[in-house]
Amino acid sequence: MTRTQNNAAWFLVLPVLVLVAFNAIIPLMTVVNYAVQDSFGGNVFFFEGTRWFEAVLASDRFHQALGRQILFTFTILAIEIPLGVGIALCMPRRGIWVSVCLVLMALPLLIPWNVVGAIWNIFALPELGLLGRMLNGLGFDYNFTRGVGAAWFTMILMDVWHWTSLVVLLAYAGLISIPDAYYQAARIDGASKWAVFRYIQLPKMKRVLTIAVLLRFMDSFMIYTEVFVLTGGGPGNSTTMLSIDLVKLALGQFDLGTAAAMSIIYFLLILIFSWIFYTVMMRGESQQ
Amino acid sequence: MIELLNVTRIVDGETHIRDVSLRLEDGTLNVLLGPTLAGKTSLMRLMAGLDQPTSGAIRVNGQDVRRVPVQKRGVAMVYQQFINYPTLTVYENIASPLRVARMARATIDEEVRRTADLLQLGPMLERMPHELSGGQQQRVAIARAIVKKAGLVLLDEPLANLDYKLREELRAELPRIFAESGAIFVYATTEPTEALLLGGNTATMSEGRITQFGPTIDVFHRPADLLTARTFADPPLNTMPARKAGAGFELEGGAVVPAGALAAIADGNYTLGFRAHHLGLMPQLPGAVAVETTVEISEITGSESYIHVRHGGSRWVMLAPGVHNLDPGTAVTAYIDTRRILIFDTNGRALAHAPGLAA
Amino acid sequence: MARIDLHHIRHSYRARAARKEDYALKEVHHSWADGGAYALLGPSGCGKTTLLNIISGLIHPSEGRVLFDGRDVTELPTEARNIAQVFQFPVIYDTMSVFDNLAFPLRNRRVPEKEVEQRVREVLRIIDLGAPPEGRARGLTADQKQKIALGRGLVRADVSAILFDEPLTVIDPQMKWELRSQLKLLHRKFAHTMVYVTHDQTEALTFAERVVVMYEGEIVQVGTPEELFARPEHTFVGYFIGSPGMNVLPIEVEGTRARIADQEIALPGAPAVRGRAELGVRPEFVRFAPDGLPVSVRRVEDLGRHRVVRAALGPHELAAILPEGAPLPNEPRVHFEPEGVHIYAGSRRVAMEAQP
Repeated sequence: MTRTQNNAAWFLVLPVLVLVAFNAIIPLMTVVNYAVQDSFGGNVFFFEGTRWFEAVLASDRFHQALGRQILFTFTILAIEIPLGVGIALCMPRRGIWVSVCLVLMALPLLIPWNVVGAIWNIFALPELGLLGRMLNGLGFDYNFTRGVGAAWFTMILMDVWHWTSLVVLLAYAGLISIPDAYYQAARIDGASKWAVFRYIQLPKMKRVLTIAVLLRFMDSFMIYTEVFVLTGGGPGNSTTMLSIDLVKLALGQFDLGTAAAMSIIYFLLILIFSWIFYTVMMRGESQQ
Repeated sequence: MIELLNVTRIVDGETHIRDVSLRLEDGTLNVLLGPTLAGKTSLMRLMAGLDQPTSGAIRVNGQDVRRVPVQKRGVAMVYQQFINYPTLTVYENIASPLRVARMARATIDEEVRRTADLLQLGPMLERMPHELSGGQQQRVAIARAIVKKAGLVLLDEPLANLDYKLREELRAELPRIFAESGAIFVYATTEPTEALLLGGNTATMSEGRITQFGPTIDVFHRPADLLTARTFADPPLNTMPARKAGAGFELEGGAVVPAGALAAIADGNYTLGFRAHHLGLMPQLPGAVAVETTVEISEITGSESYIHVRHGGSRWVMLAPGVHNLDPGTAVTAYIDTRRILIFDTNGRALAHAPGLAA
Repeated sequence: MARIDLHHIRHSYRARAARKEDYALKEVHHSWADGGAYALLGPSGCGKTTLLNIISGLIHPSEGRVLFDGRDVTELPTEARNIAQVFQFPVIYDTMSVFDNLAFPLRNRRVPEKEVEQRVREVLRIIDLGAPPEGRARGLTADQKQKIALGRGLVRADVSAILFDEPLTVIDPQMKWELRSQLKLLHRKFAHTMVYVTHDQTEALTFAERVVVMYEGEIVQVGTPEELFARPEHTFVGYFIGSPGMNVLPIEVEGTRARIADQEIALPGAPAVRGRAELGVRPEFVRFAPDGLPVSVRRVEDLGRHRVVRAALGPHELAAILPEGAPLPNEPRVHFEPEGVHIYAGSRRVAMEAQP
């Protein structure tokens, strides 16, 4: 790689650095403060060391929320990535239908999160919603405010509807960058559709898919608004994701120490998972 | 004038440019000749100021320019890909650097038309780049580089993506276009023929080093070492090991080349080099030495034949006039024009140059 | 290996082509003999790649039939035509080893693994790659990758033809020599029908036994490299083949004499045309002689092995080749060698009746 040295550039990025410091670093330091201290009000703090961390890591409530979170994230990844790639493979590569497909695909991405939650809430209502009525009409006992299965089903369907397009768009960008000669050579070599996918399309999509997996992982691991609007974390605690639990802890119960420790653990978890994804998927890419 | 003094550039432990010193005068055309990855583009990026040397200095008219940003250096660049503004007409494309410089409208118009005429783009000023052929698109890019009146114009294999014939035509025109401008032109290419057609000066490059720099035709006829001779040869340079003993060089297979004026050099092992057109099928030349060879394959270009032959452990290419369709395996007697032979010592340094060896 | 017949092929990229200009290929009716080495030579946009893709089945022609050994394959898809193709940019399967790349076409056709092993080993020996077969293919140089692409064509014992689409474009000049002669040796050894598309005359002439020159969607001449050089049937062939190309000068013909820019010269015979015509003479046949037509020298290009003299003959440009070491006269006059003089009318060569 090439790099140009230009010291004046530092002055240009200084305002951004200051902004980032106020926006991210200072609040983060506050969180760290809360995580290692205790307070009974009146600005009197006691140093607690790792006690909050131990408490969080030992709590069943955290384990359950984490379990639900992992189940949710990996389920939607397992659905959205293959589905997204599949749709991208079916999309036309040239002609007027390209832009039609792209616009259709981009639509769900343009809807605000809380609206997505509200849409699906209404859409899935057992008596009023189109989906709810239809499923019940078909003989399913479907009520996402009561049944755990129904709640998860709706939540996953909603996320797939909302976010698969992102994977589609990224995968499509990867696909159209493959020169025609590769497809022609594959036809001449007598390669099956599967072999073309396995040895040409998939390797050439690897980089964009890595980005797709990372984005979808991080985003779904932090999901809050849509689920909150749809189910409020219920029934019971069955759809209480890590972020919802964290908010309950911090703002519902005002356990600032535990909440702060949990935030930091949460943050580290995302970092570690992302790093694992990245290294696993980019293995062997560096030897160019 | 641009000067590079002991310039080295190391990226991630890899040496891209190794101790290059070079001095290019105003109004000259300088060719950087070498295979892919020889360091031609890296060197151009250093000259442009896009990269900084790890060590060494770069001076423009005596001033150290290492701290001067690219925008202020007065550099123009033309790439292998045809890079133009796709939404602007040819006229606006050529005018763009002048508009950036906030020149007067009338001056811009005059300059654009003059440059367009120079590059034979006059009739297509109102067209869009995508309506032009590849050759015309590259003419627009060259026009934009020239109209800027930059002191240094860098062209990185500008004709590589063009058809053979278009390349031939533009190559013939370029020296005239360059001569009118007065700037320093640096032109990178992998093709020895291109360097010869452009003329000017040539720096041969190999593995990040400049192996020789001088007037193009001199570098071609009098390479300083084996590496330069090999870089500046198309077809590839023919070589063979030889042993100097007394008054002659003894070749593999027994033939002897008289050492002539070189009789005084030390006895020992040498490498002889000669070009394809100095190897022939007829002993018509006064200094010709006969060697027995076996044909590997022959290629016919229409009026001439490239005959690939093997002699002992050496493989050579012969350029013989006329059509000779020889079957592989045929034994032929080949004649080397020893007046034009190049002699290198065991370190690859050239000893003496033709003519006069057999004299 | 097969004989390939192109039966009145026309092709247009437009859905409805009416005018002649709508056709990328105007009318090609041609046969390629079994085991021949052919080149398709022409500038970009002349239709040569379209024609190649019609043979390989990547494009279905608007009109006409393609026959392999007499069998109509026009409707067959590429994979059923049993051809191999090497592209401009080396196509290799990044994630596979060199060995697996070469084995790919065989494994796709369910050849027993034992035979795959044997064939791949043989091809590895033939292409002389200089890299370990177990290593990944992606880290190799452009010429090595192109050798693998070629190897994938050779690995199938029964290919009808091997097609090349400007295969040396991204290869350094030095390596071009090696790859080109290797290709030629392979052709001699295995006698595959080979069709080689290029815009580079040197590649076309050195590779092919017969060269097909294309211009604006049509074949203008088919011939051996020698014929194309010595007797260009069309002024375009004269211009396109040879470096520099043939000089084409406007003349007035009168019997066995011609007027060029206020001068008069004798022709080697009486051309079957009167009045306006063109005289073609290659720079190789322009000699400096004491009694010829006076010219003024504009520029001299020293190409090392010879010099190209760019001169002006009246208002016309004229190129001449001066052999290495030959001096340029002070008052240059040129003479055209009779065997190199051709007369053209409407860009086509006209016969010349030899003088009694």
